[in-house]
Amino acid sequence: MTAPATTPSPPPVTASAARRTADRPLLTRLLVRPEVGALIGAIAVYILFWAVAPSFRPLGSLSLVLYQASTLGLMALPVGLLMIGGEFDLSAGVAVTTSSLTASMFCYQFTTNVWVGVAVALVVSLAIGFFNGVMLVKTKLPSFLVTLGTFLMLQGLNIAITKLVTGNVATNDISDIQGFASAHDVFAADISIGGVSVKVTVFWWIASVAVGSWVLLRTRFGNWTFAVGGQKDSARAVGVPVARTKIILFVLVGLGAWFVGMHQLFQFNTVQSGTGTGNELLYIVAAVIGGCLLTGGFGSVVGPAIGAFIFGMVSQGIVFAGWDANWFQFFLGLMLLGAMLLNTWVQRQAARR
Amino acid sequence: MMNRSRRSTRKTVLVVAAAATATALLAAGCSSTGGAKAASGGSAVSAGKAGTAHMTFAMITHAAPGDTFWDIVRKGAEAAAAKDNVTLQYSNDQVASKQAALVNNAVAAKVDGIALTLSTPDAIIPAAKQAEAAGIPVSAFNQGESYWQQAGAIGYFGSDEKVAGAALADRLNTLGAKHDLCVIQQQGSVALEDRCAGVKSSFKGTTDTIYVNGADMSSVLSTLEAKLKQDSSIDQVTALGAPIALTALQAISAAGSSAKVSTFDLNQQAAADIKSGKIEFSVDQQPYLEGYLAVDALWLYKINGDTVGGGKPTLTGPAFVDSSNISAVYQYAVNGTR
Repeated sequence: MTAPATTPSPPPVTASAARRTADRPLLTRLLVRPEVGALIGAIAVYILFWAVAPSFRPLGSLSLVLYQASTLGLMALPVGLLMIGGEFDLSAGVAVTTSSLTASMFCYQFTTNVWVGVAVALVVSLAIGFFNGVMLVKTKLPSFLVTLGTFLMLQGLNIAITKLVTGNVATNDISDIQGFASAHDVFAADISIGGVSVKVTVFWWIASVAVGSWVLLRTRFGNWTFAVGGQKDSARAVGVPVARTKIILFVLVGLGAWFVGMHQLFQFNTVQSGTGTGNELLYIVAAVIGGCLLTGGFGSVVGPAIGAFIFGMVSQGIVFAGWDANWFQFFLGLMLLGAMLLNTWVQRQAARR
Repeated sequence: MMNRSRRSTRKTVLVVAAAATATALLAAGCSSTGGAKAASGGSAVSAGKAGTAHMTFAMITHAAPGDTFWDIVRKGAEAAAAKDNVTLQYSNDQVASKQAALVNNAVAAKVDGIALTLSTPDAIIPAAKQAEAAGIPVSAFNQGESYWQQAGAIGYFGSDEKVAGAALADRLNTLGAKHDLCVIQQQGSVALEDRCAGVKSSFKGTTDTIYVNGADMSSVLSTLEAKLKQDSSIDQVTALGAPIALTALQAISAAGSSAKVSTFDLNQQAAADIKSGKIEFSVDQQPYLEGYLAVDALWLYKINGDTVGGGKPTLTGPAFVDSSNISAVYQYAVNGTR
């Protein structure tokens, strides 16, 4: 199988940007990176809360912000990649719940080691991503519609199957099943660094951002991702396997949902079958704040990570600042909008130079 | 050709390897502790079956899908329906206008009785009146204590959320709490806001309210931890649902706080935590009873013209579950009916 794209053409947008900016000052070259606007926004938000909320300053608080950012960011990463590839996944939020429900119910009902449940959940999660991808490719419908269907179906399945299997709408206690302790260590441990306790998801998140960034910028698959999101038809014309790339991108979202689902399960032990809805939009928001275009073809892996970090800072910062709880959602929306405006402004300034 | 056949061999090898791994995992993967094998089968509530004529009732609520509390309400309703020789058609919608439409549908389907929640009286009362005009009796439950008579219902079964909140606050006063954090997991929910308002009205110390995203437990955990770190004077956390109470316990230990936890409602694990003393107490409005009575009252009205409550609301709560009575309730919580 010799795919015709063995000599990778660099990602179209950044490639042309790089050529255009080759003789420009370093600052401008930096500013056109998709994540730079978000980075400046993140620094601004950090300074704001540092100034107004004394309890925001200690490292322990930063660890808390990073924890929330990590559970969001681990999903925003594949969702961002998918957006670069020109597609959405509205089922990503409930797919996380599907994953934890599957693992929990499988190992409880069959009294297996929890790791068996973890493996079954992985298969199911990847299959959901695969299903989304294949449906998209076969039907040629917009991913918005295809995954909206999956979203609703999963939401119903989560509740109906949980009710059918357990007789309740939440899963049973699995903390006394063999393997729980080791699975908790992998997916939900607290790691102490210099007296500050950090959730293990933070490290998984940073590691996957590093790997994801390398894949996007240095591998053939990364080029394909940019190509299918930017110019699908010309990508196909030069031999990029469009269908396969899109399916893999959806499967990666499934992989993310599996991991976050496992964290939820081993952190909280029982799973409410109705949870997860609404999070799919937060993942997309994090990716957009991070500079991924809603139209596809442009973005980065670091960007959504910074987007998730901003989201974590804002939602925790409001609490640390002790602002009136009634205004919480409003402030959250306002700051996200502000971060996004700053992001676009930086991009535009950079483009004008 | 060559290429393809090599690929398909590789595929076969992969499939075989995957199957072998799965089998090995399953064989080696049995747990000798916990799980379904270790659980004792709880018997479902059964009270025989009445010999009265078969009827169809509709139960229409404003429940969120997948909510533990409403699942228990429904179990109570199903138990009463089974006893009364009634087919129960359950439906729910959080949006008031859609809930009203569900009531209209039930009227059009000529059911024999309707049990409904008056969560948004302005939207539901006209629909209830329409049912009564069509000769279908209506019972109200869970919400609408001040409106059920206006809606023409034959009775009301529920617990006033504000009264329940105030009862919880009185308990906190005697326990000596000084600074309570009331956690609302769904911003804008009337019932939840009422509970916190009730707490605030009777609590002698300070009451803070915080909103968390109940659909995402990790964010609940980090938000509560942040709040406890930000304000170390908080010595009491009041959760408005059992799953939130469990997460509050985690947040307290992570934040190094010494706050105590009180909660509304029960589930299996919360009952276990009350037993072990991790959760101080729960205010229970007995959802099973609400569902049961709402259906049973319709049946009594249909077969004998009876009304329950003598023109007054029938209160199902607030009932306290704490270390003194948890042993009587625990098994029912495990069965998922308390």
